[in-house]
Amino acid sequence: MKVPLSWIKEYAAIPDGASVESLVEAFVSVGFEVEGVDIQGRDIVGPLVVGLVQSIEEVTGQKKPIRYVGLDCGESETRYVICGATNFVVGDHVVVSLPGAVLPGGFHIAARETYGHISNGMICSGKELGISSDHSGIIVLASGVPGENAIDLLEVEDVIFDVAVNPDRGYALSVRGLSRELAASLSAPYNDPALAVDPQKYDSNMDAVQVIIDDPTAVSVIYLRTISDFDASAKTPVWMQRRIEKCGMRPISLAVDITNYVMLELGQPLHAFDRSKLTGSVHIRRATKEKTFTTLDGQLRTLSPENIVVSDDQVALALAGTMGGLESEVTSNTAGIVIEAARFDPVGIAKNSRHHKLSSEASRRFERSVDPQLAAISSARAIDLLIELGNATYVGTAIAGSVELAPTIQFPPGFASQILGITVEPEAVCDTLETVGCYVTKKSEDEWLVQPPTWRSDLLTPTDLVEEVGRLVGLNSIAGRLPIGRSAHTLSPAQSRKRGIANFLAHAGYSEVYNYPFVNQEMVDLLGFVGPRAASFRLANPMSDQAPLLRTHLLPGLLDATKRNISRGAKDVAIFEIGTVFRDITKLPDVGIVGTHERPSPEAIDRIYASVPPQPLFVGAVVAGSLDRAGWWGVGRTFDWSDSINQALSIIELTGNVATIVQSDFAPWHPGRCAELQVAGKAVAHAGELHPRVLEALGLPARTCAFAVNLSELPFQQNKSAPVIVTMPAATQDVSLIVDINTPAARVEAALISGAGDLLESIELFDRYGGLPGDDAGKISLAFTLTFRAPDRTLTADEVSGYREAAVAQAIKETGAILRA
Amino acid sequence: MTLSAESIESARDLAVTAINEADSLDGLKEAKLAHMGDRSPIAKANQLLGTLAAEERAQFGKIIGQAKGVVSAAYEAQLAALEAIRDARVLVDERVDVSLPARRGLQGGLHPLTILTNEICDLFLGMGYRVAEGPELEAEWLNFDALNIPADHPARTMQDTFFIEPLESHLVLRTHTSPVQVRTMLTEKPPIYVICPGRTYRADELDATHTPVFSQVEGLVVDKGITMADLKGTLDHFAQSIFGADVKTRLRSSFFPFTEPSAEVDFYFNGRWIEWGGCGMVNPKVLVACGIDPDEYTGFAFGMGLERTLMVRHGISDMHDIVEGDIRFSQMFGTGIK
Repeated sequence: MKVPLSWIKEYAAIPDGASVESLVEAFVSVGFEVEGVDIQGRDIVGPLVVGLVQSIEEVTGQKKPIRYVGLDCGESETRYVICGATNFVVGDHVVVSLPGAVLPGGFHIAARETYGHISNGMICSGKELGISSDHSGIIVLASGVPGENAIDLLEVEDVIFDVAVNPDRGYALSVRGLSRELAASLSAPYNDPALAVDPQKYDSNMDAVQVIIDDPTAVSVIYLRTISDFDASAKTPVWMQRRIEKCGMRPISLAVDITNYVMLELGQPLHAFDRSKLTGSVHIRRATKEKTFTTLDGQLRTLSPENIVVSDDQVALALAGTMGGLESEVTSNTAGIVIEAARFDPVGIAKNSRHHKLSSEASRRFERSVDPQLAAISSARAIDLLIELGNATYVGTAIAGSVELAPTIQFPPGFASQILGITVEPEAVCDTLETVGCYVTKKSEDEWLVQPPTWRSDLLTPTDLVEEVGRLVGLNSIAGRLPIGRSAHTLSPAQSRKRGIANFLAHAGYSEVYNYPFVNQEMVDLLGFVGPRAASFRLANPMSDQAPLLRTHLLPGLLDATKRNISRGAKDVAIFEIGTVFRDITKLPDVGIVGTHERPSPEAIDRIYASVPPQPLFVGAVVAGSLDRAGWWGVGRTFDWSDSINQALSIIELTGNVATIVQSDFAPWHPGRCAELQVAGKAVAHAGELHPRVLEALGLPARTCAFAVNLSELPFQQNKSAPVIVTMPAATQDVSLIVDINTPAARVEAALISGAGDLLESIELFDRYGGLPGDDAGKISLAFTLTFRAPDRTLTADEVSGYREAAVAQAIKETGAILRA
Repeated sequence: MTLSAESIESARDLAVTAINEADSLDGLKEAKLAHMGDRSPIAKANQLLGTLAAEERAQFGKIIGQAKGVVSAAYEAQLAALEAIRDARVLVDERVDVSLPARRGLQGGLHPLTILTNEICDLFLGMGYRVAEGPELEAEWLNFDALNIPADHPARTMQDTFFIEPLESHLVLRTHTSPVQVRTMLTEKPPIYVICPGRTYRADELDATHTPVFSQVEGLVVDKGITMADLKGTLDHFAQSIFGADVKTRLRSSFFPFTEPSAEVDFYFNGRWIEWGGCGMVNPKVLVACGIDPDEYTGFAFGMGLERTLMVRHGISDMHDIVEGDIRFSQMFGTGIK
């Protein structure tokens, strides 16, 4: 809320000479963030006076309208100035800076010749004085005396604080509330403006428009005060206009300005109805009778039966606490006015506001809770002003409901020290509670009863009171103490795995990225996702319609990021992400209504947990270009499908698992260059080169490769027993086999392993070539080195060639291989 | 051939001369073959020793032995000299420019958010905390209700929270990592010391300082006798570990539904106070909803945005750099090795 210091000073005895910085600090220290400070008028030098417009001569022949204006500035002769604005007529009072004046920005005013006339000063706009952003025309005053000092009249010199008010402190959305806080922070005396109003002098009676609460859950108390004979032509005085402007609102008309002024002053939103437009009594009810309603901004709004409305006997008059209706608002002819001051249900008004996406000055206050005592006081204050400024006649008041007070709180004074961790003496606790408006009754040394003030509906529990004590004593008087957990922990296996794999990939040349997990259907279709990867959760309110779905796979984000890097000039890109994906949109059990007044039942907790879909953790990577680059040493090596498969395999092996590689045609990979990696028969990863058409559609380089490993599917292995390191010599045997080109090398290798016996230590494919002559055309030759080693002896040549023959026999049997001569 | 001292000495001198005159290892090899081989004059003289009478054999044996010694020494010396010359030449030939750029692969790097998260987890592990994690797609009850954010709270509007269709699924993208705290309190009995890092979501447009997908770290302690002093001490230690030993923190009274009293925590860094995060004493209502007796236990909680922490610590001026995945960004941070 914007609040001018000049107004605060009316209620809080701010020490003279307190710097702006110290006042900001004072707000901040009691929990009110100051989002902006606007220091106005310090750089204005007079004379700045009120001028009465006596004559207007249009200067013709110019590109824009120019007026030569005769002004009575309280001087012996008429003063003439040139003016480019047209929003004034003869008889208006305007603000004139005379030669010698200096306006903000070092703008010196002097007599000068312009447009063929001598201009002896300048008629000012709000912007030129630095008191508003309005430059659409010059300031036209409601009243004034020619020659009067306009710097004083407009209260030009001021400091305006823009104070952020937390949602639990509705009372502070008023000059009353913020002055109280600033006074408390500075330990300065404070005069509550609400106490200056006497609501008793306006009796309730039957001449007033009557009020009926149809739905007591909508409102606790309402005052309806009626006046007549209001002078609709009366202007809002300049001081009131200026205060309204300084608080960031716009003056409109006297009746409306009075309701806004009282709201800013005390915090109670008021509404003014034109009595002549009401039929019968005023009702507070839900919008069960009408479907639509036109608010005073001219918008036709579709009502929900849950909405709270103010109505008369026939139609809705206002969207309660949110915005008035177009039909019943006061106009320039209104003489009879009904002022409504109610304490609406905060949740009800929050729903009104949210349902209609309509946040108003009124709704912001009501949904943060308004002091119930203010209904009587603020409406009386408004009547005072309508009588004083608009010559109105009081008619009567109707009241419904009653003020509901918050319950008293049992509060052991030592509790504050116990929670805050500092010693706060009972006297200090009592002082702070009284400063915020509480009544403290000391039943015994350890047992206090605290009655919170009516404006503090947020004070309900002893802890709430501790917060007040902490706020005013100052949280920074708390000396730190470092608590240490009472058991020791390491990262969990899953956390440790995640960290290890990230480190592995970063050291292997990959850069880590964090992509948004939002995708669109086009991407899903383009990548050819099917099955669980094609069905995704949809956001009810996505950031953009471009990406309303949650990702089922890491590739969409990784491909986007790859593209972004390449478009920025990167030639070689290797990126990875470790993140969750969202699959399995099967309808999950309903949580139902679960309260928070106690721990939910075990069944309810199970239901809550079961309502959350599983979200597996993946690591994915995309590589375009070379990891091993060309340079002065010669050519580099382009990353290819086998590198991707190898990286995926390495990750699986790093977790202590063993993978089998199976040829796959998993989209969006190249159907001939995609490996599925299986652990214990279950697919856990896919790797290889991406589909050329996908790459082309995305504008990515040909041969871009990728892998994705489902880390959540990799079992955690127990601690391994150490291997026995055999020191006997090894014997190697080479085998060269001819097989059909479609026979996977891995199958041949597996057959050799199974045939070679237990003493086979390792096997390595060291050569592979096609282009064989004659009958072997269309086949390939695979050459392996087999290494044998026995734990207890040196193997003989005969023994080793026996194992080799057995291995070859098995390969021939399983794969139809032919042994090369 | 007859043996004479003169002929042996002459053969010796010829051999030494040939060896010393050899100007290459090949030449030396030839000289060795000619003067030290089986057919060399000295070798031949040696072969004649067997035909001599014992007295002469001893006399000539000594002369031949001495001659062999002299030749052999000359050879070793010349060999060493010539090898030294060869080595010097070859090693000079093999000299390279060691300042040439090394043949290295693409440089990788961890995202700085990962490095920071690791740092924070390690810090709190050292203080006896456990690292707790939870799902990003979360039950509304855990994200809101249990944290004293009732159904009508403004935070639960579509402006702030991503909801999943249909709304009856009551699933949201978690708006903070606090549901992990709730899960912990529902599952474990106090004393509880956990640190909860993770990705979180709020419906803010991406700009220089906001991102709809961000990272948080939250801490939760529930134990007997926990006070705001424990909170302050923990935040001080945390801030000093992340930003430097001379960093100060301050608490400013604030409001959060799940803490009471609530505060904002600022830290003083490079000459100004910077807003860091929210904190407070766990609201007894939250403890009650999780089945913890607030008369027996109290707790504190705090939460910070990691992007903001990173931006301040490393002078990152634009959030886009953190979220766009430009490899130059992660490469710059390396892998967090100190």
